[in-house]
Amino acid sequence: MVERRSFLNVVLPHIILMLGVVIVFFPVYLAFVASTWDPATIINGQLGLLPGPYFLENYQRILFTGTASSTREPVASMMLNSLIMALMIAIGKIIISIFSAFAIVYYRFPFRMTLFWIIFITLMLPVEVRIFPTYKIVADLGLLDSYPGLTIPLIASATGTLLFRQFFMTIPDELLEASKIDAAGPLQFFKDTLLPLSMTTIAALFVIQFIYGWNQYLWPLLITTKDSMQTIVIGIRKMITTQDALTEWQLAMATAVLALLPPVAVVIGMQKLFVKGLVETEK
Amino acid sequence: MAEVTLSNIRKVYPGGVEAVKAINFAIPDGGFCVLVGPSGCGKSTLLRMIAGLETITDGECRIGGRVVNEVEPADRDIAMVFQNYALYPHMTVYNNMAYGLRNRKTPEDEIRRRVDEAAKILAIEPFLERKPRALSGGQRQRVAMGRAIVRKPQVFLFDEPLSNLDAKLRVHMRVEIRKLHTALKVTSVYVTHDQVEAMTLADMIVVMSAGRIEQIGTPTQVYSRPESVFVATFIGSPAMNLVKGEVTAKGAVSLNGEPIACDTGAAAPGTKVLVGVRPDDVTLTGTGQHTIDVTFIEELGPSRLYHGNLGGQDFVVQAPHHAVDSKVSHVTFDIEPRAVHLFDEASGKRIGG
Repeated sequence: MVERRSFLNVVLPHIILMLGVVIVFFPVYLAFVASTWDPATIINGQLGLLPGPYFLENYQRILFTGTASSTREPVASMMLNSLIMALMIAIGKIIISIFSAFAIVYYRFPFRMTLFWIIFITLMLPVEVRIFPTYKIVADLGLLDSYPGLTIPLIASATGTLLFRQFFMTIPDELLEASKIDAAGPLQFFKDTLLPLSMTTIAALFVIQFIYGWNQYLWPLLITTKDSMQTIVIGIRKMITTQDALTEWQLAMATAVLALLPPVAVVIGMQKLFVKGLVETEK
Repeated sequence: MAEVTLSNIRKVYPGGVEAVKAINFAIPDGGFCVLVGPSGCGKSTLLRMIAGLETITDGECRIGGRVVNEVEPADRDIAMVFQNYALYPHMTVYNNMAYGLRNRKTPEDEIRRRVDEAAKILAIEPFLERKPRALSGGQRQRVAMGRAIVRKPQVFLFDEPLSNLDAKLRVHMRVEIRKLHTALKVTSVYVTHDQVEAMTLADMIVVMSAGRIEQIGTPTQVYSRPESVFVATFIGSPAMNLVKGEVTAKGAVSLNGEPIACDTGAAAPGTKVLVGVRPDDVTLTGTGQHTIDVTFIEELGPSRLYHGNLGGQDFVVQAPHHAVDSKVSHVTFDIEPRAVHLFDEASGKRIGG
């Protein structure tokens, strides 16, 4: 392709990109500004474009004390809950799906394809569809208000298995045969060859599943009743819809900003591997 | 080092496809055996059965006197070089070569010694700490061979190891493999569809077609005395001319009236035969017995191929530049009796000496 370095080719794309960034980023910035003012300024509509003087005070209060009425729990503990939930879902899902994909691709056992299709079909049944039976089972098992109850039903899904299966299928058979001749057993082949080659796919799945877990709303809303088990997404929701008290917008906004940070950190930290995992073809 | 013996080896895939049909032959200790044939002839399947990567449906495979039908690939004391190299992409060259030894609990200093030795033979010492992706095709191929060498196996198995390389490198690596075999004297089985590779490398060529052995012999035997029409056309480039004819009397055949003298063996007059003559095996003379009208000419560089008609059938003559002008309209030549390969038209088998 011939590239012509004219005004249109160089400047215009940048202007469009910047416009896009401004549109996306401005509300986030506004939330941050709101989180640094006192409630009176926000309620009176005097919020400007510059951060106010209450940054430390607001964040300290929300992190370690919480809102006065609606959530009764400091955001630090909500973040911890969310973090545990997101990590358990991401890690649990990776472990389960990489092993099930390994079994489906590399072992010949009766009803292999049947099992594969059963796993595949669960894609059509997300948590929202099977929410009542799932809730019933979790409740009967006595897992309400616990981390296992919060995470196990979300771990069981087919996306990861499919992703790993597709990836394993692209690994040439000769690699397995070479391992066989090199006296490596099945599990050693998994550990020495498959796992190192899957690192980028694992990273991609981790990012996707961490964010999926972090953003869960409906399931934690049903399963958790105790304040100490609240996740941050539920916390934000509770702060915004208060019934008899004034919404403390500066605190809700501070919570929202805090809620952004871990997913952003995960994405930035894994960005290189993540992108590689999604586009990787090098074998 | 060991002898490899195959007795009545068969491979039937689920679904009934018979890929290999009752194969019998033995490769002597230290021999270099090339399995050659068109794609789908079962040669790779046969190699993979020796390696233990395919189960043997029927028959017996022995390596060094030991029946290995039920032995795991790792315990057969073989090493294999794959067509696409099958190097572990995430391991360095050193680790690629050391992996099989580590799995066999070889002491680390012994591994170091063997890898260094193999790297020296193959001239890959500068790359030991690199990953395979940072190597060229030829270097990867050497690493794949290094991985086989360090194991000091009884048998080397090569599955079309050169077909992913460009033509020049292929010729070079061919020589390297031959040198390696001369130096190490390990029994080798080599699969290829390239007849030039087969001719240059082998002590013993096994020509296969449709799951059967067509002929076993030294490269010279296979080339100069093909046992069947298949071998005659498969080995040799340009391909042998095959024209239909009929035995007229003892020592004479006729191609639609065009007489050719040759050894007709025990064939009775009237037998329908295929007469094979290699394009480069005719005797060019100004006053020859046979003449073809040239329909077109293929330029090969050192020689040319003159296409024409003999006894109403396609016939090609290869002639060096100095012998025949490039603009001739016909070529005259003699066919010596020893240059004629006679095959029974019905069975495709060789007739006579």
